[in-house]
Amino acid sequence: MKFEGQVRIPSGCAISAVISKEGNKMSGEMIINSMKPMHDRSNGLGGGFAGYGIYPQYKDFYALHMFFDTRDTRKKCEAFLKDQFEIVQSEIIPTRKIPVITNEPIIWRYFVAPLQSVLTSLQLDENEFVARTVMKINAEMPGAYVFSSGKNMGTFKAVGFPEDVGIFYKLDEYEGYSWTAHGRYPTNTPGWWGGAHPFTLLDYSIVHNGEISSYDANRRFMEMFGYKCTLQTDTEVITYIMDYLLRIQGLTLGEAASVIAAPFWSTIEAKTDLNDQQKHTYLRTIFPSLLITGPFSIVLGFNGGLMALNDRLKLRSMVVGEKKDKVFIASEEAAIRTMEPNAENIWSPAGGEPVIIKVKEGVFL
Amino acid sequence: MKIINAANLNYRAVNEALCNADKDCMIESCCGQRFIAAGMSDKNITINGIPGNALGSYLNNANIVVNANAQDAVGDTMNEGKILIHGNIGDAAGYAMRGGKIYVKGNAGYRAGIHMKAYKEKIPVMIIGGHTGSFLGEYQAGGIIIVLGINTVGKPIVGNFPCTGMHGGKMFLRGNCKDICFPEQVTARYATSKDLDEIMEYLSEYCRDFTYSIDKLLSVPFTVITPDSKNPYKQMYVAN
Repeated sequence: MKFEGQVRIPSGCAISAVISKEGNKMSGEMIINSMKPMHDRSNGLGGGFAGYGIYPQYKDFYALHMFFDTRDTRKKCEAFLKDQFEIVQSEIIPTRKIPVITNEPIIWRYFVAPLQSVLTSLQLDENEFVARTVMKINAEMPGAYVFSSGKNMGTFKAVGFPEDVGIFYKLDEYEGYSWTAHGRYPTNTPGWWGGAHPFTLLDYSIVHNGEISSYDANRRFMEMFGYKCTLQTDTEVITYIMDYLLRIQGLTLGEAASVIAAPFWSTIEAKTDLNDQQKHTYLRTIFPSLLITGPFSIVLGFNGGLMALNDRLKLRSMVVGEKKDKVFIASEEAAIRTMEPNAENIWSPAGGEPVIIKVKEGVFL
Repeated sequence: MKIINAANLNYRAVNEALCNADKDCMIESCCGQRFIAAGMSDKNITINGIPGNALGSYLNNANIVVNANAQDAVGDTMNEGKILIHGNIGDAAGYAMRGGKIYVKGNAGYRAGIHMKAYKEKIPVMIIGGHTGSFLGEYQAGGIIIVLGINTVGKPIVGNFPCTGMHGGKMFLRGNCKDICFPEQVTARYATSKDLDEIMEYLSEYCRDFTYSIDKLLSVPFTVITPDSKNPYKQMYVAN
């Protein structure tokens, strides 16, 4: 075996995304192919995808995608779920056996709705209840992990190269109006199934290229609000931050972007638009612990849209392009050209400048 | 001329084909292959499609023409030769280059010319036709960076924090730059005709390459930025 220094491993994570503003459905094939030219950005220790609009027949139910270490764990978890949810469908997530993906856990999905009696007695809305249940399972049930918990969306992830992971999960057989993808090159956390991206809570999913140096500060802050970081990697906390800012605090996407990728104080002071200056001052003052430092380029997926964002210093690459109803986002332009050779208006968003794309009102659910 | 079809070839195969090719060669259907022409000498390479990161890294003395956009780290640690891009380029172009030329028709991403340096007769030159992202010429130690701001459609010619940590070389920005905030350790002033004489050779070449009129280019004043040796660079991120 060659050690670092004897061998150069040219890598650095890859992200990619596509969305149809008209809500037109695309199979997962295009997003799988987009990862191929960026193969060398990953090292085979994680790949994953999120698809939105893929479960129209169960759109009113939460789709819980789960990893279990043993059949026993699954039985135990199922009994736990049955106490508080109506389970309308419970099945193995279909996969293809391929030689490059091995050691898979038991991969299951449940389409569920929280029991009204449980919600009434706890006085919680269903999103909050589902979020708390996900935290509880991931933190307290050894060997069981919920890796996707939104409605009409799902994530699919594994240890392997992303293009293989897509084939493993048969994503060519799903159709969604938006997709995100990730190829992983873990730097200081383990490459394991639960640690592959995307990281999700409810319908929020994050794919991330980078490494956040504020992880512990962010994590400690989020733990005050019941979020438990259990997946041994930094990206997880970004997902919870977005859930907290968007769902709990009710911030807009743009405001949430200004919290996590806040401009330097000197940049805020130099702003000539005084309302904008006041808003940024307010957000940095109220949420100082949610500033994310260190390099990142992320794509946040949610029901009805995507948001792409770079860290304020822009220490990672990200390119955006368009064609007709579609918008493409990727770490490299080559990935966009693979999805759409004639993509137009190729541009690189600035650090901290969110790119928000929403599906036309009324067509996505 | 040898034509290399890069479709379905990985970066290693593309570079091997280049090594074995004639002096003049063309890459077709390029899509993200990295390190193209790394360290190469005595070649004239035309690329159709999107070359991957670190195009022409350690380039010794070859000419590369890209008929589209290029990605990150174009000309990383380049030594000699010329890279001509007909589109835009990504981040960190010309990282630590110490010789040769990078001429870009369109825009550059963040950190263009980061840690560019010079050595004796080696003076690297980078010309960006459009606008650039933040941290232009970060830690610049030598060489010449020129940004022309053609067709920037209302966007500023550079983003935030240009010349952070600059301690050598020269930067020329076309325009009066009155809205640009430079750090304290550099001096920005209007370029004199003597200053412009120094870059006239490069500007003329650039105009020939991209069929621009040099007179029109020079009808707007240039700002020249140099490090102020009396007030050297101290810090940007953390006060130690």
